[in-house]
Amino acid sequence: MARTKSPYKTRLALTPYLLLSPAFLVLIFVVALPLVFSLYTSFTGYRLVRPDTLWNWVGTRNYERIFADLDFWIAFGRTILFLAIALNLEFILGLGIALLINRITWGQRTLRTIMMFPMMFSPILVGYQFKFIFNDNIGVLNNALQSLGISDAATPWLVDRYLALGSIIFAEVWMSTSVFAILLLAGLFAMPRDPIEAARVDGCSPWQVFRHITLPFLMPFAFIAMTIRSLDVARAYDIVDVMTGGGPAGRTELLWTLIARVGYDNARMGQANAMAYVSIILSIAFTYYFFTKLVAARRYMGGAA
Amino acid sequence: MSEIKLTNVVKRYGRVEVVHGINLEIAHNEFVVLVGPSGCGKSTTLRMIAGLEEISDGEIHIGDALVNDLPPRKRNISMVFQNYALYPHMSVRENLGFGLKIAKQSEAMIEERVGEAAEILGLSELMDRTPAELSGGQRQRVAMGRAIVRHPEAFLFDEPLSNLDAKLRVQMRTEIKKLHSKVKTTVVYVTHDQVEAMTLADRIVVMKDGYIEQVGTPMEVFNHPVNTFVASFIGSPPMNLIPARVESGKVKLADGASVPVPNRLADKVRDGQDVIFGLRPDDMTPEGHGINDTGQVATLELTVDLAELLGTETLLYTQLGGQDALGKMFDPRDVAAGETLRFRLSLDKAHLFDATSGKSVRL
Repeated sequence: MARTKSPYKTRLALTPYLLLSPAFLVLIFVVALPLVFSLYTSFTGYRLVRPDTLWNWVGTRNYERIFADLDFWIAFGRTILFLAIALNLEFILGLGIALLINRITWGQRTLRTIMMFPMMFSPILVGYQFKFIFNDNIGVLNNALQSLGISDAATPWLVDRYLALGSIIFAEVWMSTSVFAILLLAGLFAMPRDPIEAARVDGCSPWQVFRHITLPFLMPFAFIAMTIRSLDVARAYDIVDVMTGGGPAGRTELLWTLIARVGYDNARMGQANAMAYVSIILSIAFTYYFFTKLVAARRYMGGAA
Repeated sequence: MSEIKLTNVVKRYGRVEVVHGINLEIAHNEFVVLVGPSGCGKSTTLRMIAGLEEISDGEIHIGDALVNDLPPRKRNISMVFQNYALYPHMSVRENLGFGLKIAKQSEAMIEERVGEAAEILGLSELMDRTPAELSGGQRQRVAMGRAIVRHPEAFLFDEPLSNLDAKLRVQMRTEIKKLHSKVKTTVVYVTHDQVEAMTLADRIVVMKDGYIEQVGTPMEVFNHPVNTFVASFIGSPPMNLIPARVESGKVKLADGASVPVPNRLADKVRDGQDVIFGLRPDDMTPEGHGINDTGQVATLELTVDLAELLGTETLLYTQLGGQDALGKMFDPRDVAAGETLRFRLSLDKAHLFDATSGKSVRL
């Protein structure tokens, strides 16, 4: 009798597994299996239109190919550039907006809500809207420039190699600056007033107060926003696809538009998955970087933020 | 010279006036304490001197300069805040030196001044810590150090001890007093604690509802309060204030008991005048247990409702003129509740205030 467990004890021992099993099953089917499957396909010559190629193991050939592919590296570099410009612009503009709103005494809440409007639109629709605004023939922008007599050229906003990327960045910034503005405003609301006053009495000009007191206090909030936004921007696809489709001639091709083209247009899913894994590593790298900065900024503020 | 002069200074927030044209002259190296209940405008006044609040009307001079429109950084003052207001991302050393660094002083000079302040305040061991690693008292010392390194014209203290526990508060109080004797500078100090005011001040400014009620040395304010507000606010436990009426040379209390009009005030009151009779608990002591019961004295039999032994003295809660009144028993013995004692009231120390205006009849 002593060697066999009583049925009650057996049941008791099994209960945790039973209760956890739904969560495990969901995780396995929703996360683990697709992950393993996509990782597996990145080592095959899988083509969407020929399911049998799923078993065509090619080892690291996909990875070798993309690492040797100049177009991939250009898209990779352009994504980083896109991210760097968009994040910096959003930070500076968001900071400006937050500082302005912090100064007003009436209607802060309303403005904060209004600020979020751009985020409530689908990126696809924002893309369409800006595609219309930037259109060289019928676009609102050229029309306005011409009517105001500033320019009489039909500036090809979405066709010129530099302007096209700039236009997309503009749309992205328009849509998401409020992420920074809202987080930085939250930081400003949470900021104690005393150190600012102490600094003013200590001889600081308004700029010095901002530089030495306000900005260090806000940096943790800025890095939270950067972490969120770097994940967001690194996977940019919809807005680009709608506005330029990665064109003209691949000049606005970012990682995910390239991946979508390879995977769905060219049906080379295996290679697309390999690219996707590289781009995920890029995203993780950015997140890690900003998170490290966030932790450092928090420590720097001595737990005040 | 760094005297501070306030002339008809008014502060309005929108239509609400919170400081009503106050006048005050603070002499060079004087330690002045603004004291009053919360909302009396003392902090606002201090912040106007600092330049953190705009002055709605009137003039403020620091030294010879009219500072109305000068930003805080150009007033050459330093301030210690209630919540210390240290810079959380800087070490103690950087906190102390920040003002000098901003003023672009030489490294050597900053080091010297910071070292000097650290020496005075006993911060030398803590120089590389951040504010988060300091206790409340240490933080307050850093805040004071930050104020003294700049050798300003004046120190402004805004309730610097309110966030400290009682024991530390007493300790820091003496440190501030010592600091002022070491670093001779004009000090304006705001507190709601009348004990701080009494112990620290060269002169006390008692404020209420945006007006200055009385300005004087701690002795003057304590011994000669100009009205019932100052009388009840300064001194702990507060002065007993009993409504009464002057009738043929007597102060007749509401319950029919009476004491003679104090001799020194006899020609200041008229018959039939409604007054408030003021007497500090220290001057209302049972026979044989007082310290001030020489001079003109009245005796009354009073029943003790409650006795609180404090050690060197006992507080006796009783009724006088139909009101709660507090007496003291020095060199105490046990007193039972309900016991009737013969109290001696030191009329030399008693005050009479006009019942309608609340002003001392002395004036």
